[in-house]
Amino acid sequence: MPLKVEIVTAERVVYSEEGVQQVVAPGAAGELTVLPQHAAFITTLMPGELRIARGGDQEEAMAITGGFLEVRNDRVVVLADAAERVEEIDIARAEEARRRAEEAIREQHDLGSLAQTQASLQRALVRLRVAQKRGRRGRPGPPRPG
Amino acid sequence: MATAREIRRRIRSVESTAKITKAMELVAASKMRRAQQMALAGRPYAERLSWVLADLSETLESMEQSALHPLLQRREVEKASIVLITPNRGLCGGLPTNLNRRAAALNMDIGVPSSLLAVGRKGRDFFRRTDTEIQAEFTDLGDYPEYMDVLPISHIVIDDYTAGRVDQVFLVYAYFVNTMTQEPRVHQLLPVEPPQDEATQAVDYIYEPGRAEVLDELLPRYVEMQIYEAILEANASEQSARMVAMRNATEAAEEMIQDLTLARNKARQEQVTNELLDIVGGVEGMN
Repeated sequence: MPLKVEIVTAERVVYSEEGVQQVVAPGAAGELTVLPQHAAFITTLMPGELRIARGGDQEEAMAITGGFLEVRNDRVVVLADAAERVEEIDIARAEEARRRAEEAIREQHDLGSLAQTQASLQRALVRLRVAQKRGRRGRPGPPRPG
Repeated sequence: MATAREIRRRIRSVESTAKITKAMELVAASKMRRAQQMALAGRPYAERLSWVLADLSETLESMEQSALHPLLQRREVEKASIVLITPNRGLCGGLPTNLNRRAAALNMDIGVPSSLLAVGRKGRDFFRRTDTEIQAEFTDLGDYPEYMDVLPISHIVIDDYTAGRVDQVFLVYAYFVNTMTQEPRVHQLLPVEPPQDEATQAVDYIYEPGRAEVLDELLPRYVEMQIYEAILEANASEQSARMVAMRNATEAAEEMIQDLTLARNKARQEQVTNELLDIVGGVEGMN
């Protein structure tokens, strides 16, 4: 039986589909793959790329910035802090966020806000990496077939 | 009986009031749509997070209090705190009053000294007149707050609880049922009471990296999420209540204009009749 996958953030439901073959997520203990018949499982997530395969070569990629993943009875629930489909990622905004965060880190000494800035830097980097990998907006990406 | 001129002046005044309430109704209606949408869009996350916690709690039930995560541990309550979410502005019917009354009743029921975290001016202003300590106030969240905006509130709540400054925290807010109905709700925020989910049976979960680490992340998130959800619900409730209140005001004003117009016509007719009678009487006197 294929998986039912839901990806939700506090603001909206990002993804909700049945008939998914496989989910690859950036777990706290390393990248993990969920296949049908997976044992009941809860993990925290790292910022990174989440991939959903729906049989054939249909694959969707998403940038997520941490959260939780629960598997139970072939239902995968991802509670993401933020999640964007590849086509939704705003590259210009992510670049800007990266630039700001890097600048702030150079000038900053307060530890609490440093951690926060580093977290936002990481979020920006994840968005950029996922977007770039999928070869969007004229950036050097993988060559497209055909 | 008022003269026609007095009635005309009154009609003009009611008309301009109706224009204002109509404009406020339209503004509230457009804000309401977005606020309702945000409240409804946020519910799935809240629901899923509750499921996860409900699933987890089955494995927690067998554990000793002292072995539990600090946010789950129940202590003897010596000091409580209330997070009260109210509108910033009035002209939204009985909503702020109902919320304040509910919070005041809760304050009495608790039976231990309690302090208040006021989100929104109406609640703050109400409790200023009581001897309840107002610990913090958040009055500039805006109409469409983002998740990040409410984190300071949850930080205060969680810090106070873990530091032992409060032993129980309640959340009072207006739950959005539909445009016509909003109900004040009281919810215990801390210690976290895992939601009960009868449908599921205990399952042994695999935790990664470990149970303690997952709970460490999950529980603060659960508290944050509840506050965020409550604020979204409260916003949708506020805008709906304001739209309805302003619509009622506009309708009342229009009704009043109708009545006044009738009275004005009658008064004018009387005046004309009187003038005619004067003329006729005068002419007859001359004959």
